[in-house]
Amino acid sequence: MTLIEWMPFSVLIPLIAAPVCALLPGRVLPWTLTFVSVLASAVICALVLPMAVGEGPLSYAFGNWPPPVGIEYRVDAVNALLALLISAIATIILPWARVSVNDEVPDRQGPFYALFLLAMSGLMGITLTGDVFNVFVFLEISSLSTYALIAHGKNRAALLASFRYLIMGTLGATFYLIGVGFLYIQTGTLNMVDLAERLPALADDRAIRTAFGFIIVGMGLKLALFPLHRWLPGAYSNAPSMVTVFLAATATKVAVYVLLRLVFSVFGVEFALAMPFEEIFFTLGAVGIFFASLSAIKQTSLKRMLAYSSVSQIGYIALAISLISTAGLSAGLVHIFNHALMKGALFMCVGAIVYRIGSDRFADLGGLAKQMPLTMLAFVLAGLSMIGVPLTAGFISKWALISAAIEAGNGYAVGIVLIGSLMAVIYIWRVVEIAYLQPAPDNADMSRRREVGLSMLIPLWILIAANFYFGIDTRLTLDIATRGAEVLMGMTP
Amino acid sequence: MAFLGHYNYYIVVVLMMIGFYVVIARGNMVKKIMGLNLFQTSAFILFISAGKIMGGSTPILRDGVEVYSNPLPHVLILTAIVVGVATTAVGLALSVRINEAYGNIEDDLLSEEEPDDFALTQEPSRDDDSS
Repeated sequence: MTLIEWMPFSVLIPLIAAPVCALLPGRVLPWTLTFVSVLASAVICALVLPMAVGEGPLSYAFGNWPPPVGIEYRVDAVNALLALLISAIATIILPWARVSVNDEVPDRQGPFYALFLLAMSGLMGITLTGDVFNVFVFLEISSLSTYALIAHGKNRAALLASFRYLIMGTLGATFYLIGVGFLYIQTGTLNMVDLAERLPALADDRAIRTAFGFIIVGMGLKLALFPLHRWLPGAYSNAPSMVTVFLAATATKVAVYVLLRLVFSVFGVEFALAMPFEEIFFTLGAVGIFFASLSAIKQTSLKRMLAYSSVSQIGYIALAISLISTAGLSAGLVHIFNHALMKGALFMCVGAIVYRIGSDRFADLGGLAKQMPLTMLAFVLAGLSMIGVPLTAGFISKWALISAAIEAGNGYAVGIVLIGSLMAVIYIWRVVEIAYLQPAPDNADMSRRREVGLSMLIPLWILIAANFYFGIDTRLTLDIATRGAEVLMGMTP
Repeated sequence: MAFLGHYNYYIVVVLMMIGFYVVIARGNMVKKIMGLNLFQTSAFILFISAGKIMGGSTPILRDGVEVYSNPLPHVLILTAIVVGVATTAVGLALSVRINEAYGNIEDDLLSEEEPDDFALTQEPSRDDDSS
C-alpha cells in the first residue's frame, strides 16, 4: 500500500476503534486502545504532511469511485497541517488525561473514551474530506459525541451547557446543510474541486449568495464567532478537563478550516470580495477581541476566563481572514496552530489544578505557586505565549497578523491586536498575582495542595516546550501556513 | 402557476421559520427539540424537492422508462435523517438528566441558576476578591 492509501486510515482507525473501546471493561484497556489508535493516526498524519506539502494535493477515492461521483479525500498543505495538529494534540493529551479522567469520570470509562475517539475521528474526517456533504456528516459525528462528552462533567451545570451547545450546534449544522442544499441545486455537485469549477459562472446567482450566507452563519456558530459564541464558555468550563483541553485546542479550529476552505477555495476570492465578507469579519473579529477579552478580565474562575480568551482568539483569526490576502490567511493558519499549543497548555494547567484542589475559582487559588510550582510556572509561560511575548509561538502569530495588516494598509487591525494583547496581559496577570503573591485562603485544604505527578507534568511541559520551539523555529508553522494560504487562495480547477 | 408550482419551497420556508422561532422563543427544552426537528425537516424537504423531476420515475433502471428522479438527494437526506434522530435522542436524554438534576426543564428558570454553578465545588458562593 502506498502512503495515499494509508491516509484515510488516520480517520478510520479511531472510528473503528470507538465501538470496540465502548465494550472494553475497566480503566486500563479502553485507555490503551484509545492511545494506540490515536498514536497510529498521528503517525500517519506526520508521514502524509511532507508529501502533501511537497507534491500538492493527494487524492483518495473511496470505494474506487472516481471523484466527483464518489467521495474523495483531498489532502493538501492546509488540511495535512490541521490533521497533524488534531492527532498530535490528542496523543499528547491522553497520557496527561489518565489521572484526570479517573478523578472526574470514575465509572464507565470505555464509553467515555469511545466518545473521545468518535469526536476525534469526526474532526479528522471534516479536515481531510473533499466533499461538502461529507463535511456535514463528520461535523455531526464529532458534534454529537462532543455533546455527550461535555455532559460527563462532574457538575450538573454540565448538562445545561451540553444542551445549549446541542441546540446551537444543531442549528449551525442545519444552516450549513441548507447552504449545501442550495449549492447542490444550482450546480449539481458536492465535490469541492468540482464546485470550485462551476461556481464562478454562477457568481451573480441569488441562490448561491444565499448559500454563502447560510454557510457563513452555520460555521460562525460552530467556530464561536462573536456574537455567536454564547455556547462556548459554558461548554468549556463545565466539561471534564480532558474534554476542555481537546475542544479548546481543536474543535473550533476545524470549523475555521471549513470556513476558509469553502470561502477561499470553493467560492473563490472574487466571490468573497463581491460579498460584504471583509467588513463583516473585520467588524465581528475586532468587536469580538475587545468584548471577549473584557469578559475574560471580569471572570472569577480559570476555565471560564480561558474560555472567553478563546473567543477573543477566534476574533484574531477572523481579523486575519478578513484581510483577504495570502499574508492574512497564513497569519490565520499560524494562529490556529499556535493557539492550539498555548490554549492546550493553559487548559492542561487548569486541569492539573482542578485535579489537585477540586476548584478553579480564583478565590481558591491563593498562593498556589508555592505548592504547585511547576504547574504554575507552566501557566505563566503559556500565558506569555498567549500575550505574544517574543520567543514564544504567540509572538509569531501576532507578528504575522500585524505585518499582514500593515501590508493591507489596515491600521485599525494593528491597533486592535495591540489592545487585545494588553488585555491579555491583564487577565493573565490576575492569575499570576493570586497564585504567586496572595496567601492561601484560610479554608484551603493544604493536604491536597501538592504538585501533580509526572504523567501530567511531562505532557504539559512538552506543550510548553513546543510553544517556545515554534516561537524560535518557524519553518514548520509559518512556511507550511504560507504554502497553505497559497493553496487556499488559488485552488484552481 | 409559477407560484403554485413551487409550493413545496414555500412550505419549506414556513416550516423553517416556525421551527427556528420555536427554538429561540420557547424555554421548555422538549419544545426546543421539537422546534429543532421542524427546522431540520424543512431542510430535508428542500433537498427532496430538488431531486424531483416532473414525470420522472423511481430511480431504478428498467425498460420503457426514460426519465428518472435524482436519487442522490434521497440518499443524502437518509443520512441527514439518521443524524436528526440521533440529535433528538441525545437532546431528549439530556433533558431527562436535566430534569433529574434540577427538577424542571424550563431554560429560562435555569439560566438564573447557572452562574452559581460555575465553580466545580458545590459550596455556597463566597465573595470574590477580584483584584
